[in-house]
Amino acid sequence: MKQVFHKPKSLKPAIYHYCPGCGHSIIHRLVAEVIDELGIQEKTVGVPPAGCAVLAYNYFDVDMGEAPHGRAVAVATGIKRVLPDRVVFTYQGDGDIAAIGTGGAVHAANRGEKITVLFINNGVYGMTGGQMAPTTVAGMNSTTTPGGRDVARDGYPLDLTQMLAVAGGSVYLERVAVNSPKNIKKAKKAIKKAFQAQLDGLGFSLVEILSTCPTNWKMSPIKAMEYIDQSMSKVFPLGVIKDKTGYDEKQGEES
Amino acid sequence: MTKQLMRGSHVLGEAAVRAGCRYYFGYPITPQNEVPEYLSGRLLEVGGTFVQAESELSSINMVIGAAMAGGRVMTSSSSPGISLKQEGISYLAGQEMPAVIANMIRGGPGLGNIAPAQSDYFQATRGGGHGDYRCLVLAPASCQELCDLTFSAFDLADKYRNPVMILGDGLMGQMMEPVEFPEPVDPAALPKKDWILDGAKGRPSRIILSMLLDPKRLEAHNYKLTRKYDAMTAAEQRWEEYQCDDALLVVVAYGTAARIVKGAIKRVREMGLKVGLFRPISLYPFPKEPLSRLTQRVRQVLVFEMSSGQMVEDVQIAVKSQAEVHFYGRPGGVIPTPEEVAHQISHYYHNAHLAQGEAADGRRAGGAA
Repeated sequence: MKQVFHKPKSLKPAIYHYCPGCGHSIIHRLVAEVIDELGIQEKTVGVPPAGCAVLAYNYFDVDMGEAPHGRAVAVATGIKRVLPDRVVFTYQGDGDIAAIGTGGAVHAANRGEKITVLFINNGVYGMTGGQMAPTTVAGMNSTTTPGGRDVARDGYPLDLTQMLAVAGGSVYLERVAVNSPKNIKKAKKAIKKAFQAQLDGLGFSLVEILSTCPTNWKMSPIKAMEYIDQSMSKVFPLGVIKDKTGYDEKQGEES
Repeated sequence: MTKQLMRGSHVLGEAAVRAGCRYYFGYPITPQNEVPEYLSGRLLEVGGTFVQAESELSSINMVIGAAMAGGRVMTSSSSPGISLKQEGISYLAGQEMPAVIANMIRGGPGLGNIAPAQSDYFQATRGGGHGDYRCLVLAPASCQELCDLTFSAFDLADKYRNPVMILGDGLMGQMMEPVEFPEPVDPAALPKKDWILDGAKGRPSRIILSMLLDPKRLEAHNYKLTRKYDAMTAAEQRWEEYQCDDALLVVVAYGTAARIVKGAIKRVREMGLKVGLFRPISLYPFPKEPLSRLTQRVRQVLVFEMSSGQMVEDVQIAVKSQAEVHFYGRPGGVIPTPEEVAHQISHYYHNAHLAQGEAADGRRAGGAA
């Protein structure tokens, strides 16, 4: 009998601690599938953040090194500079990379560090209990924005990925979502491309993934999936933000 | 091996390279800019990596990553920059990552000034960041010692899987002295580390972390660290005793302050005062036992620091009640002259009636200001 579906090799046989409807589980799987497909499990080192994914090392079956909050990109830079032929990725939430870690992200992109960043944007500080994130969209409720985010009081949602596009060393930036089978497929393609860009030594690659947090959004998982289409992706439109890889041109020539 | 005349900052960089350090991550701050400037070129020559990061925060976290990947790695900074690095140093200690950190101390608190000071003693020897941990702290007092301690700092970091801190100041960084360098170590010939993150090839995947949510596990980890610090305390106490054999009073001082004290002792010895110097070289572990032994015989102790009094607490712990401990300090980046320190020594010496029969000739007149 032909096996058509199995757990990726790069995932440990562990049960996720994530809430029902949380996007982390889907994204973990996509990353593990990509690592398997590229055959890089034995040369990959991952750096998880502080946040709900702080325990990602319990799930990924690759070498993993913990970083302080906001510093995953710097830790990844140190690893990659010592081992330039390994594949180094960070897995960071919006609070981690777009607030406390913004400086590190901008400068790593600008130096063209050959690392891959998976930037999970769910518009909220999940682990600490639902406070406003830099990416919280206007009007969205959080535990620190009574009555919803008021841009006059709380500032505007920050589009970090767009900011990174002007950095000279970033080669591939794409925003995807994991709220539908179609979007999940696209997300996986983007993650694979980002890893490929690193394997080819092109520079800094990042995939921003719009993800759900039903618990802190106080929505059902289905409503949360819908919220990404109705609200989040209006502020953070899906699509390629920067692509200097040249992969699509090559594909075009071949076909 | 011939001696080279070199300034302290360059000695630090050269000794690191010779110890096999191939990775440096830093951020400019006075008075230590000559360290990254030297290493930016020198590491290029030996195929190493130099990164000028966007902040002290990023540089110390790059150090963490490089240590995880198995590289011999260092960073350097000065007081305010070291404060910024403290979170990362706490992680290095918790994750048991070896790294070398040089702090060329400047006057504080806050932005302070860029003059030589010893006001970061507490920060260096008490851990500095959050949590229950210690760095191994070494305080050289000459360019040759700066070379030797930097060279061995990398071995000590690897031996204990612990951050090692070199404490100096702008004076140490700027002064030029002849130095004999050790033969360079080939990093490829260093013992392989069986804990690094280099891809799980032919072995189970590894995790390096300091987060242990279960209090019992974290307690066990903390006890493990404590045992390591106990082992460091047993094996790594370093000190110098200078003219202590016949001394009736010993001055305790380290680093730049100890150099000044040597000049002061020369002056008071000419006046017939029997004064010696006890110079801690390792500040953590503090050379408690040798100082305790010494003060069973010498009952007058004067602690001299370029701060308002930090190491004096360790001296008091070591000496207990077996000798009288006095303190003289100049904070804020002021460098006192040997004459000034000699004046203080003389004051305490005569106050304790150590110079029996000398009081009549008027030498006792020089009391403290």
